[in-house]
Amino acid sequence: PGRQCLSTSSGQALPEKVKIVEVGPRDGLQNEKTMVPTETKINLIDMLSASGLPVIEATSFVSPKWVPQMADQVEVMKGIDRKPGVSYPVLTPNLKGFQAAIKAGASEVAIFGAASELFSKKNINCSVDESLQRFDEVMKAAKEFGVPVRGYVSCVLGCPYEGKVAPEKVAHVAKRLYSMGCYEISLGDTIGVGTPGSMSKMLEAVSREVPVNALAVHCHDTYGQALANILVALQMGISVVDSSVAGLGGCPYAQGASGNVATEDVVYMLHGLGIQTGVDLSKLMDAGAFICRTLNRKTNSKVAQATCKL
Amino acid sequence: MGNVPTTVKHCLSYEQLIQDYPWLKRWLLEEKTNTGHEFPEFVKIVEVGPRDGLQNETEIVPTGVKIQLIDMLSGTGLPVIEATSFVSSKWVPQMADHTDVLRGIQRAPHVRYPVLTPNMQGFQDAVAAGATEVAVFGSASETFSKKNINCSIDESMLRFKEVINTAKERQIPVRGFIISIRIISCHHHQCLDSMGGFILLLIRADAPQLQISPYVSCALGCPHEGYIEPSKVSEVAKSLYELGCYEISLGDTIGVGTPGSMFKMLQSVMKEVPTNALAVHCHDTYGQALPNILTALQMGVCVVDSAVAGLGGCPYAQGSSGNVSTEDVLYMLHGMGIETGVNLAKVIEAGDFICNALHRETNSKVAKARGRTLGCVSVRENI
Repeated sequence: PGRQCLSTSSGQALPEKVKIVEVGPRDGLQNEKTMVPTETKINLIDMLSASGLPVIEATSFVSPKWVPQMADQVEVMKGIDRKPGVSYPVLTPNLKGFQAAIKAGASEVAIFGAASELFSKKNINCSVDESLQRFDEVMKAAKEFGVPVRGYVSCVLGCPYEGKVAPEKVAHVAKRLYSMGCYEISLGDTIGVGTPGSMSKMLEAVSREVPVNALAVHCHDTYGQALANILVALQMGISVVDSSVAGLGGCPYAQGASGNVATEDVVYMLHGLGIQTGVDLSKLMDAGAFICRTLNRKTNSKVAQATCKL
Repeated sequence: MGNVPTTVKHCLSYEQLIQDYPWLKRWLLEEKTNTGHEFPEFVKIVEVGPRDGLQNETEIVPTGVKIQLIDMLSGTGLPVIEATSFVSSKWVPQMADHTDVLRGIQRAPHVRYPVLTPNMQGFQDAVAAGATEVAVFGSASETFSKKNINCSIDESMLRFKEVINTAKERQIPVRGFIISIRIISCHHHQCLDSMGGFILLLIRADAPQLQISPYVSCALGCPHEGYIEPSKVSEVAKSLYELGCYEISLGDTIGVGTPGSMFKMLQSVMKEVPTNALAVHCHDTYGQALPNILTALQMGVCVVDSAVAGLGGCPYAQGSSGNVSTEDVLYMLHGMGIETGVNLAKVIEAGDFICNALHRETNSKVAKARGRTLGCVSVRENI
């Protein structure tokens, strides 16, 4: 009832179900300074599997030289208990990574592009178009193996180097990834500067090029705007949301600031709206408490912090 | 009185508006950002940091620091700043310096400085110290009453009657001043009956300059009763409005609300009270404050309470956050093209100042993120 009433002026109701893509074990841990033992990573993923999350980004097949936290990618992939019906995508930055992923048993992979030229240059030393070309061979191989590919677009609402990012540019990159064969495009507010205003403008542009049921939002909470931005995205028909247990992963562009939005807080909001997620919030909080103990840090989730003694 | 829109409360004409708020003319000529939703064009922020915020901070803040904080906030463009509370220092040591604070601050023109006055003594002290707007409050239950003002509900009502009569008398020597009385009430019928009688007293006291704006606490959940039926909240709001209250602030006191419950509650209240007489006071204990405020804005509410740096924890959830940060609210509103008249950078400065004094980190994510961007181009077009 609350869900249906919170529609836009055009009368579109909120989705009945939202798929949560849990990025804590990869995107989250990748941005944590403390090195986490393999066993802990496996435990975390198993606990997350038990909480009902439908998609859990397990690890990244990137060179350990660049991302030491993900050096144990093969062991993690082989060590986790794969729950039936749950998907465990892994990041594959190139063909070599893809091949290693398949060998380790991966059945879904992810590639990425930036909506900002400067960001692309600074991060992977090539233009956006060039970076997408490099993924051509990954896409070909993925097709051969029948492995679905998820596409990530970063800096959709702002870039740490370029500043404002044109919604049309985001739409262009999203469309490229979609036509290359990605089944879903996750739009990332990488530095968390977006607000409901810029989110809706960007989504309007992108949804003209890519069907809305192939879109997801990946909001960062660096400026506290994540939940408000997610709400607006839901109102525009998006029904896939990326988040990270305990809000793991700070912002690499703003020292000490927060990054990923906390899965617990997202689930709390969605359930309060009457939207189904299939997630058991208390089990999810257990997983969050576990990883925070291990990392010896406080959770970034407000829901977890609030022990309201009613 | 209750039908006068809040934004023109002080003004009788467009010319007066432009004179009082020079930015308005500039704003009217600028292109507005189209967010695709029906949002208010202007939102009034009620800054509760110096009172509601500090009152819930454990560290005692020196008077000079409080005064400096309020003066800094006065320079930001905030239209309403809750300055202090004339409560007994025995109960709230943080507010012991209320007289010195109120006398010490530099009052900016067009800014209102309401102060809390729980009883006669407090009211007299407040007026003597120069208050032009006071707030009195009732409580939700006997437990609340005992805990908050150490008396039963009936006893507190008797105190308010005294306060009002004196206020009426004092109208004579203070002609020309607007004495406003802000009533903080609740959803309980018992309390409402007392409040209702009290408000009738106010109206009949023939004090046309009295402005009554109540705060309804626990609108989305009560620490003692749990879930609160929207119809209960709207009953209270309706009665208060019909008695002449011009603005009713709906508080999610323990922060449990979500856009779903906020929507249902507002939908119910808006059937009884015009939207432009409503304000929301959201707590961020479960991280839901901004989406809740967004929902309220989408429904046409245009007054939002918040606290600089998110001062003030939640008294019902040890260690949790309470008030939503003014900085984070402003960042969202400005990003949506909604005007507030407030300079965000100056609010951040005030927040930095008080957090240094309190030896604590800010609760505002915007304040945390600002100035920590590593050698990159500023994307903070809203600041």
